[in-house]
Amino acid sequence: MGFFIAQILTGLANASALFMVASGLSLIFGVTRIVNFAHGSFYMLGAYVGYSFMQVLPGAWGFWTSILLAGLVVGVIGIIVEMLVLRPVYKAPELFQLVATFGVILVIQDLALLVWGADDVLGPRAPGLKGIIRIMGEPVPKYDLALIALTPFVAFALWWLITKTRMGILVRAATQDREMVGALGVNQAWLFTGVFFLGCALAGLGGAVQLPKGGADLLMDFNILSAIFVVVVIGGMGSLPGAYVAAVLISVLNVFGVNYLPQSTLALMFVVMVVVLIFRPFGLFGREEVAGEHGQVGEPERPIKPAGQTARMIVLAGLGALAVLPLLGDSFTLVLLTDIAIFCLFAASLHFLLGLGGLVSFGHAAYFGGGAYAAALLVTYAGTPMELALILAPLAAGLTAIIFGWVCLRLTGVYFAMLTLAFAQLLWSLVFQWGDLTGGDDGLVDIWPSEWASGTTTFYYLAMVLCIGGIIMLRHTAHSPFGYALRAARDSQRQAEATGINTKHVQWVAFGFAGAMAGIAGGLFVFSKGSIFPNELEIARSFDALIVVFLGGVKTLAGGVVGGAALEGAKDYITRFEYWRLLLGLLIIFVVIVAPDGIAGTLRKWAESIGLMKREDQA
Amino acid sequence: MKRKTFLKSLVGAAAIAVAAVGLPAFAQETIKIGEINHYKRMAAFAGPYKLGIELALEEVNAAGGVLGKPLEFIFRDDQGKPGEAVKIAEELMTRDGAVMLTGTILSNVGLAISSLAAEKKYVYLASEPLADAITWEKGNDYTFRLRSSTYMQAAMLAEEAAKTDAIRYATIAPNYAYGKDAVAAFKKALTALKPDVEFVAEQWPALFKIDAGAEAQALERAKPDAIFNVTFGGDLAKFVREGGTRGLFEGRNVYGLLSGEPEYLDPLGDEAPEGWVVTGYPWAEITDGPGKLFVETYVARYDDHPRIGSLVGYMTVQSIVAALEKAGSTDGEAIRAAFADLPVSTPVGDIKFRAIDHQATMGAYVGTIALKDGKGTMVDWVYKYGGDYTLPDEEVMKLRGSGN
Repeated sequence: MGFFIAQILTGLANASALFMVASGLSLIFGVTRIVNFAHGSFYMLGAYVGYSFMQVLPGAWGFWTSILLAGLVVGVIGIIVEMLVLRPVYKAPELFQLVATFGVILVIQDLALLVWGADDVLGPRAPGLKGIIRIMGEPVPKYDLALIALTPFVAFALWWLITKTRMGILVRAATQDREMVGALGVNQAWLFTGVFFLGCALAGLGGAVQLPKGGADLLMDFNILSAIFVVVVIGGMGSLPGAYVAAVLISVLNVFGVNYLPQSTLALMFVVMVVVLIFRPFGLFGREEVAGEHGQVGEPERPIKPAGQTARMIVLAGLGALAVLPLLGDSFTLVLLTDIAIFCLFAASLHFLLGLGGLVSFGHAAYFGGGAYAAALLVTYAGTPMELALILAPLAAGLTAIIFGWVCLRLTGVYFAMLTLAFAQLLWSLVFQWGDLTGGDDGLVDIWPSEWASGTTTFYYLAMVLCIGGIIMLRHTAHSPFGYALRAARDSQRQAEATGINTKHVQWVAFGFAGAMAGIAGGLFVFSKGSIFPNELEIARSFDALIVVFLGGVKTLAGGVVGGAALEGAKDYITRFEYWRLLLGLLIIFVVIVAPDGIAGTLRKWAESIGLMKREDQA
Repeated sequence: MKRKTFLKSLVGAAAIAVAAVGLPAFAQETIKIGEINHYKRMAAFAGPYKLGIELALEEVNAAGGVLGKPLEFIFRDDQGKPGEAVKIAEELMTRDGAVMLTGTILSNVGLAISSLAAEKKYVYLASEPLADAITWEKGNDYTFRLRSSTYMQAAMLAEEAAKTDAIRYATIAPNYAYGKDAVAAFKKALTALKPDVEFVAEQWPALFKIDAGAEAQALERAKPDAIFNVTFGGDLAKFVREGGTRGLFEGRNVYGLLSGEPEYLDPLGDEAPEGWVVTGYPWAEITDGPGKLFVETYVARYDDHPRIGSLVGYMTVQSIVAALEKAGSTDGEAIRAAFADLPVSTPVGDIKFRAIDHQATMGAYVGTIALKDGKGTMVDWVYKYGGDYTLPDEEVMKLRGSGN
């Protein structure tokens, strides 16, 4: 019994920091609809800033003051980020801001390295709370009890702020209908800034408050990210009580998982999330999202049309250039272009879902990695030749997508996105954990192309044919009746249903098709690299694709390809510099601000404004 | 209209390619080594490693270089991604004119480059990755490894553990390949030495996401006589703190793989877990010989003490220089042949790259953690020669298979 209680107390103590960080994320999302990928970075900053204050402020007084100051400082950093980076892009398409926050992650990573150095920092112990108390014979750290006591105060303060103050009323109103709040004369910009301050301050507090239980290191930003997203989603986006209940639920379950099922550490959280979302599609305390938020923010999308005669000629010329390149360039150029082409196909397949289908998948790496693993497993265990493996890879990836899609498509909007993320993580943990089959994180190696395709030039041609072929096929599908039905389902599900389109069915097929296309990219990836590791299934991989689709332009057909080529090419160059993450982060933020329609979308606008292209309405 | 933007992507890709081709070629009169690492992702480990390399390079080039030419390392960051590393390896070998590859800390990246090395016949010296697979199950003709492997280091600790009366063992290791290999190796080596040991609990926290309080509780519940720890970095700090607070380590023997390396020990400050038996690098305690000389030179050069990474970086250059000199040329096949049974004199003494599995016989320091002046260090340490802690030749041959 004592052991049982001690476990629950450990879980409650762990929930403390998690709740603070997650509630900040939930608030920010609820009001601004920004999915703040950089929230983990603010948590990391909180830990470092808190640590720095604790070095100079002595005693118990100094310790707790440092925690408060950490929250304050991080909140102010949040304001700076909001005003400089996010304000210029509020009018951009929905979720576009997450690209900006991704740039912020990179910048903060390098700045933290510059300021605090590479070594891990061990957090100071809380003065006066260093020992343990025995509860029914079990040792419980005093600081754990302090955290358990502290959290309700923070939660209560937030509750008071949200329900009893004018700012709280505005926040709640904006969570429900931010256009109405704007129409009533509330200055949205300052409301958003205020909420951003509060959310980031909470993240900073969370980072500082966990110091005595660990410390600060440069990997903690990404390490907490999935956990806080899970908590926010299980609790219901925008719900504070939900965040608290979910944080406690996850933390306590985790403690029991560690004790009774020690291997469960990778997957447990996501299993819980999937189960909760299947039974409560909007989280424990969430509300259904306001219909029509997706794909309709910002200016209305232009209808797409097939390319004209000149455009086709120019594309052909471009293809010709790629075809003769092996005669001119060195062999590494071909390796680089093969990489870029594979990534472009991967990005284009996500763009198909996201741009045309309005289906924001946060877990697209599952199909890229799924295809790659399918090919690798076939080669490793069945001695399958490359040609067959390349055919089976998209089939396997497509099948995976159809299975995942069947569950995920029951939800919409951000919940859909989160469920796709959860499934991708489950696949990742399966591959990671099932070492006997997949090699775990030591991966599968020595998977090289067949003899005839093993030369760099031959493989380059193979990759170009498949990738460009795939991209053209995706484009062609966009112009087919199926593409029209898909866009109809995106723009107005009800009207589409009324005209006889089975929208769920159309979206399901699109999900499977996009998955299969990502699978082709994955299959090619394996043979170009000769090996595959679970990191191709990671969240970071999904984010890569997501970033380039937005960066390229969601509302243009070429967005995925343009973004993919631009970012991969830029990365190849920029990573040669010492502080490449800082540079890349700034570059991303710069592009986001000057090109809120994405690279392709903004270039098109510029071309129109100087008369290089005809405007759509005149055409 | 859309087709035009689509076209831009193709043109853009071509433009990038052309820009990449146009990068200035490096001058040709040096011997270049391609060094790939996770300089940002693993900054705490890769930083000292790079300093160790640069120190050795300065010495080598001041003494006239190798084969009459200066030696040059081209450092590239792979972001910790195996796929990127493979691409960079191609670039280093085909465009930059590197004669061989080295580097990586993460085992999966090391395995990816190793596979490429075999396919393209590039010589690769895996400097820091520990996975046994690099020289055993997935070993190949073109890959060599400097650092003592997971198995070797775990076997050293198992030898120490077998000397005690502890019977009931619990293990805690990060839930990924290195952790699993280490636990399996420790079990295998310890059971061979002392068949009556029992393993009463195995804990597998997710890497860098340890729930230390819960793990400490779970280990306590199993009431082990001794604990084998494989966690490191931030996980280790949390585990040490929670375990220490809750009295988990009192009256128990704890064996910590790598826990004595300055990279992991330094951040713990005065909370370094005294009494743990660990593998590591007691740089401050080495009082004579080439080991002392290296520490002094390093401190004089950088005004900071060496980490294990510094030592490995330094030895990487020494190994490559020895191989180039023995080969007498920069031809890949000649370098590869030179590595077989290559002797190298290093700060840890003489080592040799075994012909049978391409593993160097670099050993590890094994000792007990103690506090001195508020900092953790290792006392009662011995240097264990790596060649004594590998598997028997027949087993190695079997693991490597017939193909390579």
